[in-house]
Amino acid sequence: MAEAAASMSGDALRREALSRDASGPSGTKPRHVLSRRNIFLYGTLIVVALYYLLPLYVMIVTSLKGMPEIRLGNIFSPPLEITFEPWIKAWSQACTGLNCDGLSRGFWNSVRITVPSVLLSIAIASVNGYALANWRFKGADTFFIILIVGAFIPYQVMIYPIVIILREIGIYGTLTGLVIVHSIFGMPILTLLFRNYFTSMPEELFRAARVDGAGFWGIYLRIMLPMSLPIFVVAIILQVTGIWNDFLFGVVYTRPDTYPMTVQLNNIVNSVQGVKEYNVNMAATILTGLVPLIVYFVSGKLFVRGIAAGAVKG
Amino acid sequence: MSNSERPNQLLRNLNAKVASIPMILTALVVFVGGTAWTVLYSFTNSKLLPRLNFVGLDQYYRLWATPRWLVSIENLLIYGVISLVFSLVIGFILAALLDQKIRFEDTFRTIFLYPFALSFIVTGLVWQWLLNPDFGIQRVVRDLGWTNFSFDPLYNSSIVIYGISIAALWQGTGLIMCLMLAGLRGIDEDIWKAARVDGIPMWKTYVFIIIPMMRPVFITTLVIIAAGIVKVYDLVVAQTSGGPGIASEVPAKYVYDYMFFAQNLGQGFAASTMMLLSVVIVIVPWAYLEFGGKKHG
Repeated sequence: MAEAAASMSGDALRREALSRDASGPSGTKPRHVLSRRNIFLYGTLIVVALYYLLPLYVMIVTSLKGMPEIRLGNIFSPPLEITFEPWIKAWSQACTGLNCDGLSRGFWNSVRITVPSVLLSIAIASVNGYALANWRFKGADTFFIILIVGAFIPYQVMIYPIVIILREIGIYGTLTGLVIVHSIFGMPILTLLFRNYFTSMPEELFRAARVDGAGFWGIYLRIMLPMSLPIFVVAIILQVTGIWNDFLFGVVYTRPDTYPMTVQLNNIVNSVQGVKEYNVNMAATILTGLVPLIVYFVSGKLFVRGIAAGAVKG
Repeated sequence: MSNSERPNQLLRNLNAKVASIPMILTALVVFVGGTAWTVLYSFTNSKLLPRLNFVGLDQYYRLWATPRWLVSIENLLIYGVISLVFSLVIGFILAALLDQKIRFEDTFRTIFLYPFALSFIVTGLVWQWLLNPDFGIQRVVRDLGWTNFSFDPLYNSSIVIYGISIAALWQGTGLIMCLMLAGLRGIDEDIWKAARVDGIPMWKTYVFIIIPMMRPVFITTLVIIAAGIVKVYDLVVAQTSGGPGIASEVPAKYVYDYMFFAQNLGQGFAASTMMLLSVVIVIVPWAYLEFGGKKHG
């Protein structure tokens, strides 16, 4: 094969030399930009990109139209008259059941769920990953393996026992209960993330700190934490989007007045009573998707790292 | 690591043990305990409250005789095959296109991946709107002149699961593309050079050289997709609520409805145990291939 390659490249060189003789100096080839390959390549990518953007576009356009225009017009056409009424209504007046205070309640519930859940789950998992990486004790790996295997168990299997546990403690239906549930189910992937990261750090660092007399918490707070900020950012991205987007735990472990935004959104849009206001529904849908979208567009490449790690989440 | 020098007692390394208490509790109480509890109670006739009144496999017989469960399983199979095939094929093709040293690669990747940041609820509601026969795609095409055009997957029980799959693919292929792209970037540049020099056409290089080399990436991706298939729930709730009738029910929804609405806990436990079983069937061979065959980790 090497011989063939050599002779091939020899041929190519000779041909190139010939063509250079014939047509003078050839720098970059201008025809390359509009070659058939490029048209096909970029054409396909642009068509697919439009397909991916279409739902977002339709959501935005619909949310800015009045209902009469929606009934008459085409979902793809831009609004003739832009109105922000649906957004205001979705935020502060849309009804779920008897409550008519809009999605704002769900939004603040989601904030009160997401912030403590993210902090708690990352605090637990990072210390835990650190213990697993640097302070291994007998049996630790066994529990860790159980934890990772457990990530693949469908949540449905564990939902009801947790209901019983939370009810026994007396926090079933509260935001505290849901925060604990999120921390539990975030643990496998986050612990794995932190353990792998801390394991990859140079061990001399840890040894030197030990020689200097630093203990478990001292090394964690003064060395590991400041040196691993990128992985903390990845973990935060992973958890904020994951917890904000959660529906199942929200619907199981909270009551109507503590429902997170996703659950409330679903109740607003899929409620059977009343006239369907599609523009309000779409405004509400965008509002719910806004937080993870902002996280996504701001975080860029780190998001990709986060999901590559989080994708394994059962 | 540092604990092998001294003979240890229970108090040694105490801080690490304290720090691991949440993990130990989660692993033992929730994952092992919770799973064992549910499996155990799936053999009882628990209704409103869990009771240890064993009835053998009765719940399972009833489960497999319930039309709604059979529909759920059938839907899961169709949805699963579509998800696997299309997200792998589309994801790989998109990754291959992005791997051609193109301009604006970051822009394209950002566009293909953004749906993955959205929840299944948001995804389901957008596609419910797009597929709405009175206002959505069907109406637009009819307004263009094709008055007989019909495309209402969410209102047609024989194809509703395909309508759900469309939304799922829109949401999830970006992730598969990213995983595939990472795999493609891991392939040695020299392989491409050699193939080019030998005059092998590009598609042949992909099919016969690159894809076989990416086997580990494909296996990991396959497991990720499979794990996502079994748990599909929110998407169906948002898009169709299981309708029309029971045409788009899925197992995860069956479990939830029987546990929290129908007050038939035993059925819910049996159904969730079946879900667990299906995961085990997928995961065990993979774990065996990944960790059992070659021992270097």
